[in-house]
Amino acid sequence: MSQHKTHKLNRPGEGKLTKFVLISVALVFLSVFLVLPLITVFYQAFKFGIQPYLGYLSDPMTISAIQITLISATTAVILNTIFGIAAAWLISKFEFPGKKIILTLIDLPLTISPVIIGIIFVFLVGVHGYWGEFFASRGIKIIFAVPGIVLATTFVTFSFVARELIPHMQGQGNEEEEAAILLGASGFKTFFLITLPKIKWSLLYGIILCNARACGEFGAVSVVSGHIRGLTNTLSLHIEILYNEYNIVAAFAVASILTVLALITLIVKKLMEYSESRDLEALEPAIAEVKA
Amino acid sequence: MSILIENLTKKFGTFTAVDQLSLTVNDGELLALLGPSGCGKTTLLRMIAGLENPDQGTIKFHENENQVTENRIGFVFQHYALFRHMTVFENVAFGLKVKPRSIRPSKEAIRSKVFDLLKMVQLDWAVNRLPSELSGGQRQRVALARALAIEPKVLLLDEPFGALDAKVRKELRRWLRHLHDELKITSVFVTHDQEEALEVSDRIVIMNQGKILQQGTPEEVYAHPANPFVFNFLGNVNLFHGRIENGEANQVGFVRPHDISIEVTPNGLDRFEAVVDRVFSIGNLTRVELKLTESGRFVDSEISKETFDKLQIKTGDKVFIKLNKIKVFQADQNQPEYSI
Amino acid sequence: MFGLKKSFSVHKGFGLTLGITLFYLGLMLIIPLSTLFFKTFSLTWESFWATVTDERVMKAYQVSFGTAFLAAGVNLIFGTLIAWVLVRYQFFGKRILDALIDFPFALPTAVAGICLTTLFAGSGWVGHYLELAGIQVVFTQWGIVIALIFITLPFSVRSIQPVLEDLNPEVEEAAISLGANRWQLFSRIIVPELLPAAFAGFTLSFARALGEYGSVVFISGNLPFKTEIAPLLIVTKLEQYDYTGATSIAVVLLIFSFITLIILNSLQSLNRTWKSRN
Repeated sequence: MSQHKTHKLNRPGEGKLTKFVLISVALVFLSVFLVLPLITVFYQAFKFGIQPYLGYLSDPMTISAIQITLISATTAVILNTIFGIAAAWLISKFEFPGKKIILTLIDLPLTISPVIIGIIFVFLVGVHGYWGEFFASRGIKIIFAVPGIVLATTFVTFSFVARELIPHMQGQGNEEEEAAILLGASGFKTFFLITLPKIKWSLLYGIILCNARACGEFGAVSVVSGHIRGLTNTLSLHIEILYNEYNIVAAFAVASILTVLALITLIVKKLMEYSESRDLEALEPAIAEVKA
Repeated sequence: MSILIENLTKKFGTFTAVDQLSLTVNDGELLALLGPSGCGKTTLLRMIAGLENPDQGTIKFHENENQVTENRIGFVFQHYALFRHMTVFENVAFGLKVKPRSIRPSKEAIRSKVFDLLKMVQLDWAVNRLPSELSGGQRQRVALARALAIEPKVLLLDEPFGALDAKVRKELRRWLRHLHDELKITSVFVTHDQEEALEVSDRIVIMNQGKILQQGTPEEVYAHPANPFVFNFLGNVNLFHGRIENGEANQVGFVRPHDISIEVTPNGLDRFEAVVDRVFSIGNLTRVELKLTESGRFVDSEISKETFDKLQIKTGDKVFIKLNKIKVFQADQNQPEYSI
Repeated sequence: MFGLKKSFSVHKGFGLTLGITLFYLGLMLIIPLSTLFFKTFSLTWESFWATVTDERVMKAYQVSFGTAFLAAGVNLIFGTLIAWVLVRYQFFGKRILDALIDFPFALPTAVAGICLTTLFAGSGWVGHYLELAGIQVVFTQWGIVIALIFITLPFSVRSIQPVLEDLNPEVEEAAISLGANRWQLFSRIIVPELLPAAFAGFTLSFARALGEYGSVVFISGNLPFKTEIAPLLIVTKLEQYDYTGATSIAVVLLIFSFITLIILNSLQSLNRTWKSRN
């Protein structure tokens, strides 16, 4: 053991001064960039006390923004979860040509500017767009209306569930599923009884992350919404309007809802990582036995 | 149930895992597929299970001479593949619970069956444990009970004791043999451990590079290895190169360490002179490493402690060795010398 | 082997999952993206060229690329440092900080925008001190850089962190036993292992920063020729119903997105071959 300690001392970054300096720099950097912004949200939101805070949240415009945000986020989450599970199953259980292309396509929305995603939908289904005539003649309004917001939000959050699930399902291997099939389980039973319990945490995190991003989407929604108060305003857009009207405290009050959502996302992520490390530890007695 | 395998071939890219292989597994026998890693034995097992599809050839199952299509296969994975979120009970009951409603046993029937199986594998005390709370040997037995729950006609085991330590391994081996004698299910198990194959199975199939090199009872293959590879794979061996008897150069003599005896003075002409290099005893067995004076090569001899004590030899002594049993093969230029 | 012919698998649901995946990819991704493609080809070269070489547009690209590059660079250094501190050291509050790293990723960009603006404004907690030092952040390019650092921090830290965690301590111990000193160990053993991941993190950060809109519009002040970024100019053109202009600017940005995606993919496969080689 003592020999191990001396080795440790010789490792890079183990000197006391180096350690102190590096930790300090990291702490200062993270405080300025992460901790202070987080405190700012709640400090500003409650600047005038609880009563006004609740007042901002129960304002009809805020309520309507919450409703529209919930509609678009729910749709996006449901569609992207179905897609995410299907794509993850496809990628992790089968070998077929074109698999790499599908993987690349799934990553694609993440690298496209949200603003560009917005204009794509304006071109596609806007009044002057390729399909604009088709929808307009049937009295369906998409751009500058809720359907456009739903479409843009779904596109932006396209990858989140799939990207969480694919590495987890690939990493866990297929032996348990093979065992279930040999024991006579059908495809659906194998999925619901074996695979789903294995991936439940990463699925939950994927859904929560997708939800948080969907609720907070700004760029793409800003382009397709038309900023019609009480009709096409999501929470993010409502924040922008309040802020530009110098109604700062109200803006932060609304922002605090989305911030809480973000914090919940972080907590779920930690829980997922915790349950994963517990799974790993659970395998360790067997490994130790082999080594002994 | 018997299994008829004909002309089976399986390739992964350019690598041929199983090459034109034919094999019959008889009803009720315990067959060992033995070979080094990468020889294709696991691929063959997975194809029998239906987990892989052969590129060519057929696998047929026969019940009382009639070919059957519906067959129940119990498979025990090398790393058990227990459902980690289910208790031992739920793991064993899984195969029964997922049966279609029309043929699914009642809750009570499932319960009593699972308990019977767990009693048989001596784990009835662990019904409510999670796999993570069990040792490797216990997990292995749960995996076996789970596979047996669906009353398989064929039991396939992939390196069943590979991940266990030596002591547990020995115990489980004996136990598997007893279990098989009791249940008489046609069973195939894959192993790279020759001792395991020799001790447990009714019949051994030795494979290398996707092909069968030899098959037979443990006694047969050990006593009459068909080629140098099998000879080498089934135990330690000493090689004697060069002219033996008829003077042909390309011949190699294979002698097991226990077939080499040591004499202090030569009692005949066919003795080789050697020097004692190292001596060590394990229990009643003494292993003597000798350096041949003529060729400078090393050979091992295994003699009983008793004989060794009588000889009164020590490191550096000059002795003479006698080869009691030698098997001669034509030396194959393509095959390097084997080492295990 | 051509066509969608899968290798044999005992797993079920190939047709179903392939169907859902392809249908959804087609409807939600391919059709919208091809719209932009067609739109691009309806442009004439002259009008495209006139738009993207317009002085204001050129300046916006300059601002976008410059600030994105700077922010990705800052995160390359500080992201590595933070990942190192989080992996190697034990200190009070480490777990919370580790969880907070993902905060910018989960926080809506508009919220990030108003937070950072308030914090870095002359009256803000941080901006106040910066102002005393004669540095103005809000409504300058520094503000854009600050917003982009915030947005892309998780990408750089999370790219490097797993690689640092996976570093085999035995390799370091072997190097020490062979007489390597700390600096040699760091520069010869650790840095080469980190490089692909660090560069991947840089590329991902750069790509994200290039397209970022929500957080930047609040802090930058959107002054043409000074703090106007390319995505904002797209929105401006759109609001003026200048679809050709908007498309032209977008296409240039998209091309760079695809290039970074290709670089990222090849970096990842490079990383994998490195790993399998070891």
